[in-house]
Amino acid sequence: MKLKRKSISYAKWGYVFILPFFLSFFVFSLIPLADTIRYSFYEYYRSGIKEIGPKFIGMENYISLLKSDMIRYAGNTLILWIIGFIPQIVIALLLASWFVDARLKIHGLQFFKVVIYLPNLIMASAFAMLFFTMFSTGGPINSILLSLGWIKTPIDFMGTVFGTRSLVGLMNFLMWFGNTTIMLMAAIMGISPDIFEASELDGCSSIQRFFYVTLPLIRPILAYTLITSIIGGLQMFDVPQILTNGQGTPDRTSMTLIMFLNSHLKSRNYGMAGSLSVYLFIVSGILCFFVYRMTNDNDPDGSKAAEKKNRKKGRR
Amino acid sequence: MKKKMVSILLTAAIIAGTLAGCGGKTDSASQTTEEGKVINIYCWNNEFRERVEAVYPEVKETSADGTVTTLNDGTEIHWIVNPNQDGVYQQKLDEALLNQADAAADDKIDIFLSETDYVNKYTDADADVAMPLADLGIDPDTDLADQYSFTKVTASDVNGVQRGSTWQCCPGLLVYRRDIAMDVFGTDDPEAVGEKVKDWDTLKATAAELKAKGYYTFASYADTFRLYGNSIDQPWVSPGETVIKVDQKIMNWINDSKEWLDAGYFDKNVKGQWNADWNQAMGSASKVFAFLFPAWGIDFTLSPNWDGGDGAWAVTNPPQEYNWGGSYVHACTGTDNPQHVKEIILAVTADKDNLLKISRDYTDFTNTQSGMQEAAADDKNFSSEFLGGQNAFKYFAPVAENIVIAPLSAYDQGCVELIQNTFGDYLQNQVDFDKAKSNFETAIKERYPEITEIQWPEQ
Repeated sequence: MKLKRKSISYAKWGYVFILPFFLSFFVFSLIPLADTIRYSFYEYYRSGIKEIGPKFIGMENYISLLKSDMIRYAGNTLILWIIGFIPQIVIALLLASWFVDARLKIHGLQFFKVVIYLPNLIMASAFAMLFFTMFSTGGPINSILLSLGWIKTPIDFMGTVFGTRSLVGLMNFLMWFGNTTIMLMAAIMGISPDIFEASELDGCSSIQRFFYVTLPLIRPILAYTLITSIIGGLQMFDVPQILTNGQGTPDRTSMTLIMFLNSHLKSRNYGMAGSLSVYLFIVSGILCFFVYRMTNDNDPDGSKAAEKKNRKKGRR
Repeated sequence: MKKKMVSILLTAAIIAGTLAGCGGKTDSASQTTEEGKVINIYCWNNEFRERVEAVYPEVKETSADGTVTTLNDGTEIHWIVNPNQDGVYQQKLDEALLNQADAAADDKIDIFLSETDYVNKYTDADADVAMPLADLGIDPDTDLADQYSFTKVTASDVNGVQRGSTWQCCPGLLVYRRDIAMDVFGTDDPEAVGEKVKDWDTLKATAAELKAKGYYTFASYADTFRLYGNSIDQPWVSPGETVIKVDQKIMNWINDSKEWLDAGYFDKNVKGQWNADWNQAMGSASKVFAFLFPAWGIDFTLSPNWDGGDGAWAVTNPPQEYNWGGSYVHACTGTDNPQHVKEIILAVTADKDNLLKISRDYTDFTNTQSGMQEAAADDKNFSSEFLGGQNAFKYFAPVAENIVIAPLSAYDQGCVELIQNTFGDYLQNQVDFDKAKSNFETAIKERYPEITEIQWPEQ
């Protein structure tokens, strides 16, 4: 018997068990990721069934992207995201503060929580198909409005910039407000009840309580919601793609960045698509950095900042 | 120790599972007989299979799920079906073609199909994925002499070498509602109505008549596109060039469509084709007088969308001869079953009796000039139930003989799709003409990165 085995380490088994993940991650994620970045410096696409390239062309893809309408599509993406996000966060805040308010005694709370989350369970593409059919010129919405006598001729919802963008915003709102509500509810429930009690004793109205107690205390979660939603919004694809048949009609005003990427992939233009992905990667990376800073807040109650301020004052 | 073994085994199993997709199929002892045991056919629906089953005498049986057809000599046909929508079929086919050289003999593609919209991509002489028919032992001049010549031109490469063959031919007609014709013209006789739609000027006067009674002539501006777009004089892109030349006929389509749409001859609520509104326009509640369809359109599109009884629609001559669609059969370079492939192509696309059988059973307008003339005269066997006993072949045959097929290029599919989409915005007054032009330029360069310039005709 050797006496070398002083303690038994199980740690290595941990590594063995996570090995499959790292292997599959390496093969299916890391290598394609590296390839995407590599090909972004190449001219590489298909013409018919002939492959062109790969030929190294340096930054040319990046430059021609900047010269293209990319910035405009980024603007479209931002607008579409904002149209969906503003109602989403407002309604979610309102619902969350109602749902957790013990004094309101809402009946069937669990039922409502399920209902508002339901739209998120439908596949985005199926949801877009549904809206496409409902809001088409000969669709049910127009038939209802016509038979009610509210309109004389059918409204061409998807023929106008306003209509198309609103529909995309509405869909994103419907799909995500439930999710946000539940996240914000968790955040509000995480606030110590003592604080609410104290504010009530001091004669705080419910509106004051919301703006001066709840809102500041859930700020980190709000920021987290905002940033993750921006990152999700950057990748907005299926809803406008299905609704406009991949064309971003009318006049490419609902063409998002990922739809732009997708139209490059129709010709298997790996070079151009790669450099567009790298741009998106950089923007998402910057946003992730903010999330990281926020979730790893080393000054959660503001005491350090206050101390700093005091010191500054003291020095004066 | 035992535990250790077990856990190593488990881990290995997990890893193996993760990577299972990477391993190639192990080939069972490759046989060195002359013909392979498996014929792989790439296509997008059951159409071709049904026709092979109907006319290829060697067919013994097809499995219940329709994926394998066994021939009398034991050879199996494997049907590899991918939907045409969103270019899925072409993607899968392209992948397979790129791997064709390295594939095991029984995994090689032997036959694949293509549509007129993209046939040119596969008959390209440089790409050389579709075998010249002559290499199979088919002489187009003698074996395919009875085919309509424009189908042979379509399936040929720039050097005039024929690399595919088709059983169908898709001359288009004007299909109209008898009740609307009765209401507006006082007659629903195909000859009389044909007189009213015989050319574009007459049709325009007729359109005004229909408008006065509250009817639309056609559903959408996209309906007339094929008549203009499939008769362009020069290809979208000339061989060897990277410049798109937009044909004057396309500009005519845009201008005429604008005029017609503003005049109310089209239903402005129907935007393009293949959508719910367009399908609804084929229903009995619709105010649309006519559609422009080849044989397949009447069968696969109009008939399923029509909610009334048979005999409500009739066909007559279109304002201009045109062709729309058609599936081409190609022998794939590298096939290990050249003899079977040759037999299948000849049986399905060159045998007059077989083609007439297809016409009778599947109402295809088939690729045999003499046969179709017989069909046109044979009201007993070739009348259509849906058309209330009318013999459509009588109208198809003269159209087919007069078709001048537009010169094709490998870029047709994208050009046709994108010009309709970008100018759709213009026709609906969303953008002005120049903006629509520049949108087309942007979109087409995205689709085909090698395109360097777009030339528009003088207005």
